[in-house]
Amino acid sequence: MSEFSPLWISIKTSITATFIVFFIGIATAWYMASYKGKARGIIDGILTLPMVLPPTVVGFILLMIIGKNFPLGKLLNGFGITLIFTWVATVIAATVVAFPLMYRTCVGAFSQIDVNVINAARTLGVSEWRIFWKVVVPLAWPGIAAGTVLAFARALGEFGATIMIAGSIPGKTQTIPIAIYFAVANGETDNAIKWVILIFIISLTVMVATDKWSQKQGFLVSSARRK
Amino acid sequence: MGLEVDITKKLAGFELRVKFKADNDILGLLGASGSGKSMTLRCIAGIVTPDTGKIVLNGRVLFDSENKINIPIRERKVGFLFQNYALFPNMTVEQNIGFGLVKSISKVERTNKIKKKIADLQLIGMEKRYPYQLSGGQQQRVALARALVVEPEILLLDEPFSALDEYLKNSMIVQLRDDLRSFMGTSIFVTHNMEEAYQLCNNIMIITGGSIDAIGHKDAIFNNPPTLCAAELTGCKNISRARKIESNIIEAIDWGCRIVFNYKIEESITAIGIRAHYLEINENNEDINTFNCWVVFTSETLFRTKVFLKFSEPIRDEKNYNILWDISKEEWNLVKNKPLPLRIRINPEKVIQIKASVEIKRLQ
Repeated sequence: MSEFSPLWISIKTSITATFIVFFIGIATAWYMASYKGKARGIIDGILTLPMVLPPTVVGFILLMIIGKNFPLGKLLNGFGITLIFTWVATVIAATVVAFPLMYRTCVGAFSQIDVNVINAARTLGVSEWRIFWKVVVPLAWPGIAAGTVLAFARALGEFGATIMIAGSIPGKTQTIPIAIYFAVANGETDNAIKWVILIFIISLTVMVATDKWSQKQGFLVSSARRK
Repeated sequence: MGLEVDITKKLAGFELRVKFKADNDILGLLGASGSGKSMTLRCIAGIVTPDTGKIVLNGRVLFDSENKINIPIRERKVGFLFQNYALFPNMTVEQNIGFGLVKSISKVERTNKIKKKIADLQLIGMEKRYPYQLSGGQQQRVALARALVVEPEILLLDEPFSALDEYLKNSMIVQLRDDLRSFMGTSIFVTHNMEEAYQLCNNIMIITGGSIDAIGHKDAIFNNPPTLCAAELTGCKNISRARKIESNIIEAIDWGCRIVFNYKIEESITAIGIRAHYLEINENNEDINTFNCWVVFTSETLFRTKVFLKFSEPIRDEKNYNILWDISKEEWNLVKNKPLPLRIRINPEKVIQIKASVEIKRLQ
């Protein structure tokens, strides 16, 4: 087991979770942006809940869903699949807590788009799919990019839910935040500082890179809004 | 061939209930804000779904509530020019125009179509620009090019001039009229401005409170507005309740005067109106349709003076006037120092006679 395993586990987990959240978050937000049903408030609340609940509560709920002694966990176990205390569990925890950030930011970004622009695209005989990718996503891009960065940062920093459903198995489920906690608990301050600096570097790099990436798009979108 | 609309839709505050036909020409839809004119366009385009009714375009059923037909926007072949033009801000002029051209045409054909529209609408040299780099007029032409390049069967124009300043507007109306000359289908032009409607359209439909009030050739509508709303929307500032008291005499109830015509008046007359610039000063005391008027107050505009007159004394406050006289400043300077009362003539030939009885309540 490498000394750097928490780094690789953290990066792998965060990237995988961000990737999943990116698509699910955009799709859910786009659906909810046009959803006018009565249950809107409740659905919106449930989708946002993981952001406001204490991570240990999220972890506890996830445990009830995928734990070996609970229905879904039992069913999966019957197929020989165990999720609890595996790397997949770290991804599940990170995905669930990161999702509301992506979802919320995207709903905000979509609601800023001029509906006339989308309706204009529709009158041109273009498919909804093409409108979504060529018009909606580019116009919402600054928001989507911001949501992605926030989701990544949240996934990278995830601690509470992860430790409840994935534990701290070195080389398997031990991410950097968990490594920091145990380093401090064991009195290894130097080790903890090393991980803290690393987290700083990763977070900053990702944010600066995304900012550059979305600058041009952001300019065009805001130029339209100024009018 | 053309458009047939017969729809209803419940909205906050009123019910939209319109039924009309439009042929291959420009039809002006004139109405105050909140009258349902933009909603009518949105129903035709499919952006809003009516509650009941039917929309048929060139024999194609776009919407039919009885047979549960509701063709999606993208299959309706409807060109829509939005008030704010709604260009795609993330695309260049070329990309904006070409956005709708994807289905089953070759690259060469696509490029040619875009080039032709760019030339038609005088956008050469602008191909690589983004919308924010264009003036209002250029943006409107890009929006028009984008709508026309996909060859729609109908073109819907939703107040395309309301965001522009007066100076630009006049040249753009002329431009738009030329641009639309090559379009063979039906166009519907929505506006609250009678000048725009008059300049662009041959036929005009007046809409108020969600219903059609009057429809006809623009000259008929402007010269002889058949309804109160038509009179107001076409800019008639002086309207009074009226009743026929003799075969050729009408009493203007709100003005407290009688106007004598040299022909028989129809029985159903409910109101009369006279446009502010048709009033005239008349020193000939013998004329039957000349009345004593006192000046309540005046209001100067750039070239003209608005004179608010009352047919009787005393004058209490500025709201208390009967009739508005719109006169050039030069003429007013000749008149203004004359002793009161002024002798003002209402020319019976210029009087608008309104027969529709239902709306008279609004005047009281």
